[in-house]
Amino acid sequence: MALSEETRARLAPQAAEIIGRYPRARSALLPLLHLVQSEEGYVSQDGIQYCAELLGITEADVTGVVSFYTMFKRKPVGEFHVGVCTTALCGVMGGDAILADLTEHLGVGIDEPTSDGKVSVEHVECNAACDYAPVVMVNWEFFDNMTPQTARDLVDELRIGADVHPSRGAPRLCTWKQASKILAGFPDGQAAEGDTAGGPTLAGLRIAKEQGWTAPEGKL
Amino acid sequence: MSTILTPELSAHWDEPDSFRLAAYQRNGGYQALRNALAMQPDQVIQVLKDSALRGRGGAGFPTGNKWGFIPQGDGKPHYLVVNADESEPGACKDIPTLLANPQALIEGIIITCYAIRSQKAFIYVRGEVLHAARRLQLAVAEAYQAGYLGEKILGSDLNLDVVVHSGAGAYICGEETALLDSLEGLRGQPRLKPPFPAVAGLYACPTVVNNVESIASVPYILEYGAADFTRFGTERSKGFGLFSLSGHVTTPGQYEAPLGTTLRELLELAGGIRRGHQLKFWTPGGSSTPLFTQEHMDVPLDYESVAAAGSMLGTRSIQLFDETTCVVRVSLRWTEFYEHESCGKCTPCREGSWWLVQLLRGLESGSGSESDLAKLLDICDNVTGRAFCALGDTIQASITSSIRLFRDEYLEHLRIGGCPFDPAASTLFAMETA
Repeated sequence: MALSEETRARLAPQAAEIIGRYPRARSALLPLLHLVQSEEGYVSQDGIQYCAELLGITEADVTGVVSFYTMFKRKPVGEFHVGVCTTALCGVMGGDAILADLTEHLGVGIDEPTSDGKVSVEHVECNAACDYAPVVMVNWEFFDNMTPQTARDLVDELRIGADVHPSRGAPRLCTWKQASKILAGFPDGQAAEGDTAGGPTLAGLRIAKEQGWTAPEGKL
Repeated sequence: MSTILTPELSAHWDEPDSFRLAAYQRNGGYQALRNALAMQPDQVIQVLKDSALRGRGGAGFPTGNKWGFIPQGDGKPHYLVVNADESEPGACKDIPTLLANPQALIEGIIITCYAIRSQKAFIYVRGEVLHAARRLQLAVAEAYQAGYLGEKILGSDLNLDVVVHSGAGAYICGEETALLDSLEGLRGQPRLKPPFPAVAGLYACPTVVNNVESIASVPYILEYGAADFTRFGTERSKGFGLFSLSGHVTTPGQYEAPLGTTLRELLELAGGIRRGHQLKFWTPGGSSTPLFTQEHMDVPLDYESVAAAGSMLGTRSIQLFDETTCVVRVSLRWTEFYEHESCGKCTPCREGSWWLVQLLRGLESGSGSESDLAKLLDICDNVTGRAFCALGDTIQASITSSIRLFRDEYLEHLRIGGCPFDPAASTLFAMETA
């Protein structure tokens, strides 16, 4: 994909805002790559050249950074990118079975979108939600306590464009490109929506309240 | 039952708007900042030293000392960088804090920057949790609107800007110098220390890098005083913190308790191991900490006691596995994690992690040989202490401890030519249908 002159002109103010956040321009590279990914869905050679030009560094410099970080894709992924946690605990709790089942069900390899471009799957490493294991991410939103069946149902719904709600977090699932835009630092207005905490997050607090245990100074 | 839990950071997580500034203020937030601004910056550093707060990101370095290392009057900009890149396998405490109580972090950032004379702070947040980024962006925007960020904060001479910076998927960026390289727009690879970040950190300027929970604990200490904080915990591990229980436990989740609480106490609150099963092994502080078993249920979970028992407190990430779980498989999966996340900068870690995975795969599938166990230990010995950073040093944790504790289980794989365990029996769905 090529970044047209028109696209570059449209992105210019956002790129300038990103660069302006930092004392040194090169610090803007990760958010700029998220921005490029929000436009293209992945980081193309054109996107690399665009970032290099903005920051006055070489394309080799940018390529080295892109290849280091797993969230930057060099090929298109699905509109809904599904990450199955298979690090030890989630893997044991069912993540291994979920990943094997999903790739078979969809008939795709890792990071390879379905023919309709809707869904792709990869394994992800521990996503900091072990108390909700096994965890599946879609465009970096949590789907908690999954099973092979609920994961199958989830991708089927994503493929037909059904209204899918994450277990926690934003009420509306955004697309892969929209998610990248937020990571570049441009909010989508959903920050104040969604719940505060799921059940496991509140497990200790609930017991403390039942027992009348307060924090020091009676802050509870 | 005597008081075991001390919800402080988590005290209001059950309120639907707990992440909003208004809710934080309703619950007493930002009094600590006013207290801090009434002191001299050095006094604030002294309060932190007196509180004996130790870094909550795993290493346990005293936070006040870290702040005290920042040279003053050096004419250079100073920076605070918050490590919100939570990704240690088992760790799941910072993300819920960011989702439910980001203002505690923001208030802690402002107090910290006042103390270390910084006008710019960065929150390096893990990219793979979209809503955490959203909540932080909102929290920063609300703090600017209310005059807690920007210029002349609360009428003082303090000016401060905070930038939310999303990472892009790399466990190694939790290592503080790798994080700094990443924040400078480079591949996230660790730097040789010294110089330490306090002297030459971000852009070679004096920099404090602290974990989310460390900084979010600062407002409490400034509100109630160091002496109040040190009432909790053990002799050298003061205060309280989040203990995260996951795996084969009846009620997994976050339990905020004083340091020194035992697994037996926590498990009692969490309803024990899932019904009909027994605890086989567990990590006290994430995958980087050597395994414990049932014998260690009464070890006080503080830095000294856990170390004396042969492991590390780490991030208090308690992953629990019952008797259906194959320890060889778990050790393999963690080693695969380190192989995947090794940044490749140093040879012992890059090559060692790869070879360890090959050997463990052979053992798990029953195609290896008994001499592989000695080879595993030999490679672990050669990686540990010779790697560039702590990632390499911790790869051995699960391997050496699992061989020491469960050597017969490794041999059983070889004897029968495969894994003796049924993986389906360990899953959540097996729990639900049991």
